Amino acid sequence: MEAPVLWPWVLYCVAVIAVAVGMVLVSYVLGERHRGKASGDPYESGIVSTGSARLRMSVKFYLVAVFFVVFDLESAFIFTWAICVRQAGWAGYVEILVFIAVLVAALAYLWREGALDWGAGTRGKGSGIRDQGIRD
Amino acid sequence: MSEAIRAILTVVVVLLAVLTVAGGLVWVERRLLALWQDRYGPNRVGPFGVLQVLADMIKLFTKEDWVPPFADRAVFILAPAIMVTTSLLSFAVVAFAPRIVVADLNIGLLYFLAMSSLGVYGVVLAGWSSDNKYSLLGGLRAAGQMLSYEVFMGLSLMGVVMLAGSFNLSAIVEAQRRIWFFIPQILGLVIFAVAGLAETRRIPFDLPEAENELVAGYHAEYSGMKFGMFFLGEYVGITLISAMIVSLFFGGWLGPWLPPLAWFVLKTVVVIAGFILVRAALPRPRYDQLMALGWKVMLPLALLNLVVTGGVVLART
Repeated sequence: MEAPVLWPWVLYCVAVIAVAVGMVLVSYVLGERHRGKASGDPYESGIVSTGSARLRMSVKFYLVAVFFVVFDLESAFIFTWAICVRQAGWAGYVEILVFIAVLVAALAYLWREGALDWGAGTRGKGSGIRDQGIRD
Repeated sequence: MSEAIRAILTVVVVLLAVLTVAGGLVWVERRLLALWQDRYGPNRVGPFGVLQVLADMIKLFTKEDWVPPFADRAVFILAPAIMVTTSLLSFAVVAFAPRIVVADLNIGLLYFLAMSSLGVYGVVLAGWSSDNKYSLLGGLRAAGQMLSYEVFMGLSLMGVVMLAGSFNLSAIVEAQRRIWFFIPQILGLVIFAVAGLAETRRIPFDLPEAENELVAGYHAEYSGMKFGMFFLGEYVGITLISAMIVSLFFGGWLGPWLPPLAWFVLKTVVVIAGFILVRAALPRPRYDQLMALGWKVMLPLALLNLVVTGGVVLART
């Protein structure tokens, strides 16, 4: 397959960015302006806000980020196999089976450790992450 | 017609068409939801309320363009722009008909996955920069949900890639001349549709903006057209996922009698209506159920689909 022509894509990018910038600019120009007694406060359903929103978050979100990096990186390897599955043949198939088996083993481990359970569940008892005081 | 003019026309028409469809979808969705819920929906502005979109646009553009004094100004303005840009950019690789495509990249599918990953930034930065507790929670939830579903979204499409032997969307459509891929890849289709719903954060996966707990989630502090841009991003996103489902699983532009473009549009409209029906029919799960579904059900299923498809493809060659 010959290399695709790329300049229309560049043109498209410029057009898309122009649309986005245009929308922001036009609404800035057309929008009304006002200043009320409480317009400088964060919206919290009518309750006066205390403290900023720079809070400490549940460590669960960091776990998800780490899992994403691990699994998405491994799926990138699977992508390269998928594109050449016929050329790689049965030998490649066996290799990817081993690879996926390792992946599944990792998933099973995380599952058993309770890393995939969200919140302070009490299901199962183990020496997992859940029981070492890291909870939602 | 020279190649250059043709390419420029394609760029302009694709962009305008996508923006129009995404805008029109607001009206279509509200009318369809109303139909399924036994009410009228917007029917006052223009015939059947079609001009509602225009009225909404005028309203959004003339509302106060509010940047809260406590927000991180630059990021706050950048976030909705990222949202719109990434979802629109994905359309560059969608093949609407033979040769009607902005950039016929041979890594089209990877490009689409990359752009949908970048979309996470729009939501997360919006939630973070607002410096509002609702927004922060919404942004984090969105990040967790989109990252989790991103993983098997790519994997679910690899069955199609194996059958077609290409990442190029035109090639994938052409490979479906004999059989549309939703028959051998029904599992892949289901997984991709679920992942697509989660990526566009629509009901039943709209936990980042669950109204009854987070008010509006990551865009709680947004107003005017910046708020509108998040909606535009969502509707462009749903159009994109539908167009991808049609290209990858339902034979894209292939079909008898009608011209290719007509088939593509027709199929896409049906899939979009299906997504709206899902919204009308399903309730919202809890966040832990959502994450459990992603990691414990969808990811293993996607891997299983991969292994089985690989074996079948090899056995048949």
